[in-house]
Amino acid sequence: MSAAPRLLLWLLPALTGLAVLAGWEALVRHFAVPPYVLPGPVAVARALAEDWPLLSASLLATLRIALLALLAAVTVGGLLAVLFAQSRWVERALFPYAVVLQVTPIVAIAPLILIWVDDVTLALLLCAWIVAFFPILSNTVLGLNSADRNLEELFRLYGATRWQALWLLRLPAALPFFLAGLRVAGGLSLIGAVVAEFVAGAGGTGSGLAFRILEAGYQLRIPRMFAALALISACGIAIFAALGLVQHLLLRRWHESALGREG
Amino acid sequence: MTAAAPLVSLGGVARRFGNGTLALAGLDLAIEAGEFLSILGPSGCGKSTLLRLLAGLLAPSEGRIDWPRGHPGRRGIGFVFQDPTLMPWADALANARLPLRLAGLPRAEQEARGRAALAAVGLAGFERAYPRELSGGMRMRVSLARALVTRPALLLMDEPFAALDEITRHRLNDELLALWQGSGMTVVFVTHSVFESVYLATRIVVMAARPGRVAAVLPVAAPMPRPPGFRTSAAYAALCREASAALERAMAA
Ligand SMILES: Nc1ncnc2c1ncn2[C@@H]1O[C@H](COP(=O)(O)OP(=O)(O)OP(=O)(O)O)[C@@H](O)[C@H]1O
Ligand SMILES: [Mg+2]
Repeated sequence: MSAAPRLLLWLLPALTGLAVLAGWEALVRHFAVPPYVLPGPVAVARALAEDWPLLSASLLATLRIALLALLAAVTVGGLLAVLFAQSRWVERALFPYAVVLQVTPIVAIAPLILIWVDDVTLALLLCAWIVAFFPILSNTVLGLNSADRNLEELFRLYGATRWQALWLLRLPAALPFFLAGLRVAGGLSLIGAVVAEFVAGAGGTGSGLAFRILEAGYQLRIPRMFAALALISACGIAIFAALGLVQHLLLRRWHESALGREG
Repeated sequence: MTAAAPLVSLGGVARRFGNGTLALAGLDLAIEAGEFLSILGPSGCGKSTLLRLLAGLLAPSEGRIDWPRGHPGRRGIGFVFQDPTLMPWADALANARLPLRLAGLPRAEQEARGRAALAAVGLAGFERAYPRELSGGMRMRVSLARALVTRPALLLMDEPFAALDEITRHRLNDELLALWQGSGMTVVFVTHSVFESVYLATRIVVMAARPGRVAAVLPVAAPMPRPPGFRTSAAYAALCREASAALERAMAA
């Protein structure tokens, strides 16, 4: 693809976004909508700048929970997947409970977890982890079982140990699946963290972005609420993009999904 | 054949799968050391099953498989599948040296022998290429290099060139013969193609289906290496006719 259309490819969504923001601002001004009903983007940007010390601290708090939860999800999800792949019996015994954890809405369990776990950070972490770990587990299990059957026979022919088959065949074969799960889990860990903060915030604790949104709602500081919302979205996009980059870098030499459009 | 003991002999071998399919029954076959044996037969007659039995990937349900000269050992048997079956995440060298890596040989030796095997199949200079950066023919060469890297006594090939275009297939046929000649290696080469089996083999085993068994054995009386122009010679045409007739009888039976 030549340079000009590629630039356009990036420019186009950016221009759409700017147009929407400009239209929004124009409407808010034209109809003189009060900021506690709907603030314009300028007011939101101002709130973001003025409240930056407060909001950035909250951003870091939320991000920390989300990333730690993601790390825990990768560790536990990955290890469980390997364990499941080693033993059908273990998989039989445990997988249904992983599904139960997955299908139970986190808003319903979060209050219980907050009651049972004294440490708020740990409770938030646990909630975000529950939401994030399943896609990693299920994708990795699928990946570990999707190695080429003939390659598996070849490993058997040459007397490969279980460990060699895992390390040289099944784990690399599972990598694209794992990374796809990781990308989903990245978004979910943020959602899990925010939901848990909401529940915790209702109880009067916490300093994450969700808590700022609740707080701004009570105080009718709607521009700040929007600013916090924008930060959460930006955070989610950043996590998604970063994990996409990881995926691309790890797979670009060999996997079909990472083939450039130009081939 | 010669009075010397065969490399492997199968006596009354049957193989039934879990779902009741009788893939092979009453199969008797002796494979001589150093021969290039081609196995010709219709689809589903148990050719792949026979190779997997020889490789030890399957056990016979009945009958016996004997190795009068001793089993060639874990690394004494090479296997080439119909698809190149390479690890897409590993480059050509890593794929070619895999059997040595699994055997726990020192890294330097793996690399040296892997490079030599790639060079032997005409892929010197492509050590760092990933499978998807190679053509279908080149991938098959990597697969062949991987099978040869252990210097196996027995090379089992399951329709290895079936998916390739004719020009590439003919070239690989000649290269395979060159690699086999003087190596002392025994090759068992499964194919659907009468022409390919006559061109390559010193002996052709024709199989019949349902259940899979040996229908005919045809020695190929033609000079090795194949002289230039052999593919268009009258002798080749006559041999092909003979093999073709045997295959048709086997399929009618
Ligand atoms: N794992 C298996 N389980 C059940 N049936 C099998 C299995 N493998 C092979 N078969 C059956 O055994 C018979 C012989 O199969 P095999 O793959 O050996 O045939 P083939 O001669 O190699 O065929 P083709 O030329 O199409 O590759 C077929 O009927 C097949 O369906
Ligand atoms: Mg087959």
